[in-house]
Amino acid sequence: MTASAVLYWGLGAAQAMLLLAMLLAAWRMMRGPRAQDRVLGLDTLYLNAMLLILVQGMRSGVGLYFEAALIIGMLGFTATVALAKFLMRGEVIE
Amino acid sequence: MTPSDLPLWAAWTIVAVTICGSLLALVGSAGLVVLKRFYERVHAPTLGATLGMALIVVASVVFWSMTEGRLALRDLLIGVFLTVTTPVTLILLARAAVYRDRVEGDDHIPPE
Repeated sequence: MTASAVLYWGLGAAQAMLLLAMLLAAWRMMRGPRAQDRVLGLDTLYLNAMLLILVQGMRSGVGLYFEAALIIGMLGFTATVALAKFLMRGEVIE
Repeated sequence: MTPSDLPLWAAWTIVAVTICGSLLALVGSAGLVVLKRFYERVHAPTLGATLGMALIVVASVVFWSMTEGRLALRDLLIGVFLTVTTPVTLILLARAAVYRDRVEGDDHIPPE
């Protein structure tokens, strides 16, 4: 096996696992039962999507995926903090 | 050096470390589905957010350092950022959940 074949199939398997993890998180986000479960599911979904894009950057050899992963990580943090504040107070900006 | 010129041992190492990290993220997300109560579930995704993320970031640093032929540490930025933010989000979320359960008079909240 050449190095590029190892990277292609091995990182593809890692991506399949991350995709499955995203599906499980999405199931929890849609199923609930309560709002905090949905926020937790969304946070995990964001995290797994970020890891998936990071692995895609390695798999394709394109460095630009790093910026996308960084932005998704930052937006995920902001979204979860805002949603947690909304669950607590009923409004985001007081 | 392009990705196809990587030595075989480096490719296998990168793949093995990345698969370990993905497996941890998968186990964490499975815990989100399997565990019964919110206060148990809130701990599950941290598996992927800490060690799983760290392994994938390390694999990425090794990959880009070998591909570009210099020390490429920019992926550590993601690692540092997530290490700082993950506890903050989970503490805020758990506090919001405790507050909501107290308001509704749920007996199953953890003691203070």
